[in-house]
Amino acid sequence: MAKRIDVSGLTAYYGSHKAIEDISMTVEPRSVTAFIGPSGCGKSTFLRTLNRMHEVTAGGRVEGKVLLDDEDLYGTGIDPVSVRREVGMVFQRPNPFPTMSIFDNVAAGLRLNGNYKKSELADIVERSLKGANLWNEVKDRLNKPGSGLSGGQQQRLCIARAIAVEPNVLLMDEPCSALDPISTLAIEDLIGELKERFTIVIVTHNMQQAARVSDRTAFFNLAAVGQPGKLIEIDDTERIFSNPSVQATEDYISGRFG
Amino acid sequence: MDTTQIADAPPPAPAPTPEQKRAARGATRPGDRIFLGLSRGSGILLLVIMAAIAGFLTYRAVLAISKDEGNFLTTFEWNTGVNPPVFGIAVLAYGTIISSIIAMVIAVPIAVAIALFLTHYAPRRLSGPIAYVIDLLAAVPSIVYGLWGALVLVPYMNGLFGWLNDYLGWTGIFSWQNGAPRSMLTVGILLAIMILPIITNVSREVFRQVPQMHEEAALALGATRWEVIRMSVLPFGRSGVISASMLGLGRALGETMAVATVLSPDFLIHTSLLDPGGGTFAQNIASKFSEATEFGRDALIASGLVLFVITLLVNGAARAIIARRKEYSGANA
Repeated sequence: MAKRIDVSGLTAYYGSHKAIEDISMTVEPRSVTAFIGPSGCGKSTFLRTLNRMHEVTAGGRVEGKVLLDDEDLYGTGIDPVSVRREVGMVFQRPNPFPTMSIFDNVAAGLRLNGNYKKSELADIVERSLKGANLWNEVKDRLNKPGSGLSGGQQQRLCIARAIAVEPNVLLMDEPCSALDPISTLAIEDLIGELKERFTIVIVTHNMQQAARVSDRTAFFNLAAVGQPGKLIEIDDTERIFSNPSVQATEDYISGRFG
Repeated sequence: MDTTQIADAPPPAPAPTPEQKRAARGATRPGDRIFLGLSRGSGILLLVIMAAIAGFLTYRAVLAISKDEGNFLTTFEWNTGVNPPVFGIAVLAYGTIISSIIAMVIAVPIAVAIALFLTHYAPRRLSGPIAYVIDLLAAVPSIVYGLWGALVLVPYMNGLFGWLNDYLGWTGIFSWQNGAPRSMLTVGILLAIMILPIITNVSREVFRQVPQMHEEAALALGATRWEVIRMSVLPFGRSGVISASMLGLGRALGETMAVATVLSPDFLIHTSLLDPGGGTFAQNIASKFSEATEFGRDALIASGLVLFVITLLVNGAARAIIARRKEYSGANA
């Protein structure tokens, strides 16, 4: 199921403002790729171009190509809605549907995609919650609202909701930045398990986190405020953190700026 | 946020002294004290006014009802000038509730649709002017609605009534004997137009406040725009739309001049919504008050008390609906 992402010459705008410029990279299936870089460097924007969420923002538009295996997400006749069904996303702040029960939250994406029998739905919900390491904590209260869970549990509920529809790629936009260290650890362990099945891209401000969870790391930077963000380099995480080939990467990682 | 146990609970604090209590309310400095007095006074004043209205209505109503020879709740008659007087509110209660239900059935879906259009579909430079026009609609005085209803809407209703009679006449509710269309349905339609702005405006505000992250949650799952509205916007706005509808309903229940101008009243309950006749509390009071005797006025005030109670019940029911699923509401997201 996991697919390769192949980005070439991607530029994204907010109205007339160029947010990121000419980004090209390849993300291998069944791997974790971390995006790091200072605030405003466009890593979240770039992430949102990978499931066509960028264009939801007023004035958002994109030039360039994003291939999912061989299919161009920005090709003519491609429906952004169907792209988002293939490329799941987890957000910075946990956002379960507040009016839905835990069960309905996980089933929400499935119900959009088609008709499932009740028993099928229950199976998939259980499998997804187990996949998100949440099943044991919520199995006795599936009918309670998801907003009653702790922040870390809510985020895992959101991950369960995203993986329930079996996406090819899972995008995570700073998924732990609103969580305490213990919940963060739970999510990081989970990412390690999920990469067996999905292609995972994670944006993080936490460099230790990038070093812990990712196979490859991409460093983004911008020349000055107002300038578009650029991809400085992408390499194996080990290399980026020990022996990066660009001086700016080393400066950022060693805490000299950003 | 994990609620882990705190190992060392602080020792229980000693009971606060009156000074400490006052300090906690922020009422130690002169400015704070004045403001506290003003806001507390306003709150008390509101209660006093409500109690005064209820007391006045009840007192005058008891005077009238104690002399009523008919059953006040079930009599289809309003004869206060004869001795012994016979009057009852059955027709008024029926007419008030039916016309308001018609108004709600028509206005709420349209208002919600307009609000969704303005917040989620219309381009920004279009939604501003449309919202402005809707605000204007709310500023039109009700007597103007009444005149427009009587002079423009009523003649046009002939066509609609004929069509309803042809296709739905067999239900009995929509049969028509070619009377002037000054009926409950016409009143309901007019009320619907009158309560549309308030419901639209409040709903629009509520839909605008749906957090971006709830909508993005649905979008990221591959929801279409309509599915985003169904999964995120409507559930979040549900209690707000109910409140908005209750504001509208309150106006419909109490509307006086527009109803009095359009309706040709009588004291019968008509099964067909198309037959002229019936009446509402407010319309009945307005039409009869100026020519009523002292006792007649007491009787009208008694009917006003019933309207007051109905409005209270409606508001209570709305609050109960909103509170029932509080833990699921968008407010604690």
